[in-house]
Amino acid sequence: MLPKLPLSDWIQHIVDWMSAHLGGLFTGISTVIEGIVDFFANIFLLPHPFLFIVILGAIAYYAGRLPLALFSMFGFLLIYDLGYWTQTMNSLALVITSGIISIVLGIPIGIWCAYRKSVSRIVVPLLDFMQTMPAFVYLLPAVTFFSLGVVPGVISSVIFAIPPTIRLTRLGIMQVSGELVEAAEAFGSTPAQKLFKVQLPLSLPTVMAGVNQTIMLSLSMVVIASMIGAQGIGSEVYRAVTQLQIGKGFEAGIVVVILAIVLDRLSQNLIKPKAGRNRRRAA
Amino acid sequence: MAILELKQVSKLFGPHAEQGLKLLKEGWTKEKLAKEKHITVGVNQVSFDIQQGEIFVIMGLSGSGKSTLVRMLNRLIEPNGGQILVHGKDLLKMNKEQLRHVRRKTISMVFQKFALFPHRTVIENVEYGLEIQKVDKRERSKKAAEALELVGLKGWENKMPDELSGGMQQRVGLARALANDPEVLLMDEAFSALDPLIRRDMQDELLDLQEKMKKTIVFITHDLDEALRIGDRIALMRDGAVVQIGTPEEIMIHPANGYVERFVEDVDLSKVLTASHVMRRPETIALDRGPRVALELMREIGISNLFVIDRSKKLLGVITAEDASAAAKNQQTLNDILITDVPYVAPDRMIHELFEMSSSSKLPLAVVDDQHRLLGVIVRGALLGALAGGIELEGREEHAAEAATL
Repeated sequence: MLPKLPLSDWIQHIVDWMSAHLGGLFTGISTVIEGIVDFFANIFLLPHPFLFIVILGAIAYYAGRLPLALFSMFGFLLIYDLGYWTQTMNSLALVITSGIISIVLGIPIGIWCAYRKSVSRIVVPLLDFMQTMPAFVYLLPAVTFFSLGVVPGVISSVIFAIPPTIRLTRLGIMQVSGELVEAAEAFGSTPAQKLFKVQLPLSLPTVMAGVNQTIMLSLSMVVIASMIGAQGIGSEVYRAVTQLQIGKGFEAGIVVVILAIVLDRLSQNLIKPKAGRNRRRAA
Repeated sequence: MAILELKQVSKLFGPHAEQGLKLLKEGWTKEKLAKEKHITVGVNQVSFDIQQGEIFVIMGLSGSGKSTLVRMLNRLIEPNGGQILVHGKDLLKMNKEQLRHVRRKTISMVFQKFALFPHRTVIENVEYGLEIQKVDKRERSKKAAEALELVGLKGWENKMPDELSGGMQQRVGLARALANDPEVLLMDEAFSALDPLIRRDMQDELLDLQEKMKKTIVFITHDLDEALRIGDRIALMRDGAVVQIGTPEEIMIHPANGYVERFVEDVDLSKVLTASHVMRRPETIALDRGPRVALELMREIGISNLFVIDRSKKLLGVITAEDASAAAKNQQTLNDILITDVPYVAPDRMIHELFEMSSSSKLPLAVVDDQHRLLGVIVRGALLGALAGGIELEGREEHAAEAATL
């Protein structure tokens, strides 16, 4: 008979060791993340909901389309009307925070992967692992390290949502035509000039597709994160489901959908108008 | 003066390329290396000098290593061995900073598929080389605008590259390379992606630009006609090695080996050879001689006309045997029967331009220099003979020398 590999014991030991010895680090990370989430939540809750809705409408209009502006304003008005405003703003803060952390970490990692095959050989399987491992599983160690609340929610959102940004940044950089990279080098660009003046601008549409996916995935973690105490619209859904309140569940669900559509369209369109303006000026 | 010197430059692809280079020097063949060591030889110990101000064409079919070779001249590809001297300094020993300096100031490149940055306007593309040197915004716009004007794209500054035709895009590519005011332009199949008529225009414009700017141009092509048209010297490559280096005439007339010979076989000779290649020594007479002397001369040599020149060898006209014999009977002088309306051409005219002139005139064509001095004559038979390939370079030079001393 094959003896059972004590894999679960090993992992338990690692987690125990980490929480015993790296507590200071985790507290530090926790403070920073909590600060960012609070910062955004406070900003979102600062103006009167109507003012917020008008500002949102203006941003959506700038992003390119009147229908999007109308939909955003109407949707958020509905959220306010249904009485989920504070929860929605908390969730938005969580999504924005994990989105920002994912972008700040993911784009450089993606660039690194595109530059070095050896890095990408390690990172790509790791991404597969992060995306397919059921999210509940790493919810637990997150709680062990960061205790209950919004922070482990952000951490698990980042783990779950960062892969598309890394993957698509890598893809975008690698897809820039070799001749253009050669041209940048042939004129004497430094590596940074090559990256920022040629490779990144040209891979921007692909990178943004990744960012958009990342934001959507971190939104999809909102409900799961509520199970470990992250306040927001997710906890409304969770409560409604556990109490079998079908109507309330749908209400909260619709709020999530509205939030998702607005975030999706905004993150898709915020970058594009710039290229469009260039074109129009040129023509 | 040599601006670029290549010494034994090699590039091998595959595992253990360094070891492969050693084996190659020990006399291993390319085939043996590929078979036993899985090493591909891209460029095989190439040596040559490129002189300041010349258009040096590297010509070869695909896979001959020409694109690899040109990319080693600015180290877009690292050679495995050899030396590349730029103004006497070894490019391969430079650190990154020094290499960037060479790329920014000395050597610019024009690419086959233009390689314009699609997210930048035309002028932003041209400015790129200056921008990364942190040249002040106003200064670089000025220089970029000048470069664009030079290639005939004034007024297109704010278009995006994809709004331009292929020919115009490559002009932008050229302007971008010129904006840095480099000494050397590397042009990697720069006109190959253009259709033939546009390509011809671009070649002419490159020659015009070269006349004005006196850059050193290293031009890569797979098109022999193009090489012959624009090259001051041509290096023919095959299998990573240089097979022959020479002027277009030398390569056409004295192919170094069977490979070059087969290569140049199909070339339209009429677009390579010039009037000076096919002209013969002119038979001349001074105007103060009598018609009987002229008749006697023609009879002796066995020709039916004579060119008349003055003391400084300036062409005055031609007399025919028919007129001379009539003049002898009627007591006329040569001056009376002189035909001054002689068809003449410059020595550098391509012979394909001469056929019509030659066929519409009974007289041979006179070849004259810019002071109208007679250098030689072209008879119809010589034109056809040249196309058949029966021409000797040395012979031509002898004739020209004789013509000059007559």
